[in-house]
Amino acid sequence: MINFFSSLLGDHTLKTVMIGATFLGVTSGSIGTFAVLRKQSLLGDAISHSALPGIALAFLLTGSRAPIILLTGGLLVGWISALCMMVIVKYSSIKYDGALGIILSVFFGIGMVLMSFIQRLPTASQAGLNKFLFGRAATLLQEDLVVMGWFGGIALLLMLIFWKEIKLLCFNPEFGSSLGFSMLALDLLVTTLLVVAIVVGLQTVGVVLMSVMIIAPGVAARQWTNRLEIMVILAGVFGAFSGIIGAIISSEVRRMPTGPIIVLVSFLLVVLSILFAPNRGLIYNLYRKNAIHKKIREDQILIYCYHFYQEGLEGVSGEKLLNRLNFLSNRRRIKLLNRLIKDGLLSFGSKGWHLTPKGINRVLSLK
Amino acid sequence: MNNPALEIQILAALVAVTCTLSGVFLVLRKMAMMSDAISHSILLGIAVAFLYTNSIHSPLLILGAAATGLVTVFLVELLKQTNLVAEDAAIGLIFTALFSIGVIIISRYAANVHLDIDAVLLGEIAFAPFRRLTVFGYDLGPKSIYIMAGILLLNLLFISLFFKELKLITFDPKLAAALGFTPALIHYSLMGVVSITAVGAFDAVGSILVVALMVVPPLTAYLLTEELENMLLISGGFGVAIGILGYQMARILDVSIAGSMASMAGLLFLLTFLLAPKKGLISIIIRRKQQQFSFACLTLLIHLFNHEDSIEINEESNEEHIIDFMRWPPPNTLKIINQLIEMGLITNDKHILRLTDQGRYEARIGLNTIKPSTEN
Repeated sequence: MINFFSSLLGDHTLKTVMIGATFLGVTSGSIGTFAVLRKQSLLGDAISHSALPGIALAFLLTGSRAPIILLTGGLLVGWISALCMMVIVKYSSIKYDGALGIILSVFFGIGMVLMSFIQRLPTASQAGLNKFLFGRAATLLQEDLVVMGWFGGIALLLMLIFWKEIKLLCFNPEFGSSLGFSMLALDLLVTTLLVVAIVVGLQTVGVVLMSVMIIAPGVAARQWTNRLEIMVILAGVFGAFSGIIGAIISSEVRRMPTGPIIVLVSFLLVVLSILFAPNRGLIYNLYRKNAIHKKIREDQILIYCYHFYQEGLEGVSGEKLLNRLNFLSNRRRIKLLNRLIKDGLLSFGSKGWHLTPKGINRVLSLK
Repeated sequence: MNNPALEIQILAALVAVTCTLSGVFLVLRKMAMMSDAISHSILLGIAVAFLYTNSIHSPLLILGAAATGLVTVFLVELLKQTNLVAEDAAIGLIFTALFSIGVIIISRYAANVHLDIDAVLLGEIAFAPFRRLTVFGYDLGPKSIYIMAGILLLNLLFISLFFKELKLITFDPKLAAALGFTPALIHYSLMGVVSITAVGAFDAVGSILVVALMVVPPLTAYLLTEELENMLLISGGFGVAIGILGYQMARILDVSIAGSMASMAGLLFLLTFLLAPKKGLISIIIRRKQQQFSFACLTLLIHLFNHEDSIEINEESNEEHIIDFMRWPPPNTLKIINQLIEMGLITNDKHILRLTDQGRYEARIGLNTIKPSTEN
């Protein structure tokens, strides 16, 4: 096992891939948190698809495959696509979901037209651009890392600088605008950060699936905490974790596309979080619900016995108690009574079942 | 009939029309992104059915894929019901997960065969004429046309049989439930039809462009009409136009047919968005300007009306004062005053503005529409 990891760390390509995946995961996870909180999860999907024509256009115009140029192209067109969505929603009766669908599919269609155009160019092969569809972590180079680091770093820095304002935008925009902040400008800022976060991951995860890296870490992190600071940090960690694990699997297993496997790892994180997170998780809630049911049934029995106690009777017959519980199976009725005896709330005497002083106290404390 | 260009156009138009039909209901039910989800996740069904049958043209593929479409809808609902994940996030998580599994299966087990990743995104409408349907040695044309025509027929049947029900659950799902229609049943049937349609279209235009055909033409039609029947007809018409114009553009520029169809859909949408008679951007801007102007006119009339019988009329109704008081840009205020004089609602009596009888009447009506509760 240790050998395996040290061999992983020694591998230069893999080191590059892991650093890249970390950049990507931290940026998209923490910035995606805001998209998740603002119920704009699918915005990332539309933006990432729209980045494709930007990448193709940047290549067509400059003839260069330098990551800074391609990603800047994706950034600009992704940003324009987000603006188009805002315009459609503002100036027509078309709803948000429809605007997303239009922008996503049309921009991607234009991207496909440009890609097929590039493919026909005699001078350059398309090979370098195809990786942007599903991502190819193995093609990451040092210069890609530099660009990803700068983009992601600037986006994270802006997030920290405008932290308070962004928080207002997410949780109480009306209050924010009453304080004099321009919510439109902030909305634009957060959308821009989102575009940057998406562009950082395009080469590793690809345009088709990049949206998951925006949603999944945020959704997973949401289950573990109610505090924004912790949620953002946790989402960054989850993002980095899925990026790294996915990238390792993809480079160790033959013919394993990077984007999809990263997506599956992050999806697994979401499922685990939904099941096991304390307070919100399904299993925790199931346990809590059961505990409450148990307590209510116990209280019912104790109150029932208390009525007899108030009437001055010294005990109640077992038959009556069991009838009272006729909605439960025999086994569970006996278990319940045994538990009450064991807790010292109920005891069985010569006159039948009666409350102990401790049981009486518990009934009184219910009121 | 052995003319590939014509055949491709017929197929493209067929695919587009079929997609728009179910798309109309998706869009109206604010489920546009469900088309994105379904068109992606059906890949898993196709991949699994492909592993099982080893053929890409088996009918099992359509069934398997349609089933995955329904599974997607079901899983999204399930995730949503936990109340831990918002609906849009649930959609975004489920379909990408299923799609990813599909992509992994294909790239690991089926990469050498017909089914490759490019085809997933782009479709292969250009190859459709090579796969022909022959009966007793007669060449009846490409198979895909018949499959797609069948799916179109299914759509038409479904919509015409359940038109009332679909209309009801689209516009008033609660009433539908109260009247005893089971919205869930119709919902899942619709999703089933959408899935089958997506599978058929997938073969031709690829997964993402199915979205273009399901969402863009219906929303374009939505800007032009408010009748469901008209919306179906208009978006069908747009579908045909997209199929034919998209193919022509692809031929002229020698680029991807599917991509060019989506671009054409976008172009038609853009034109409609700008130019539509009632809901277009330009007419909305003109209307907003007009409303602004007529509201300003009314405000001025009411101002004059309020001060008409008071002592400070000489001051309040002074032209200079009004320009100052209304805080509109002075040229606009002058324009408004001139307009009102022209309409005979006010007179300018030595720089004091006075209401005419007609103007007083208009101001009173205006006051009542603004504050209806003060009437009686």
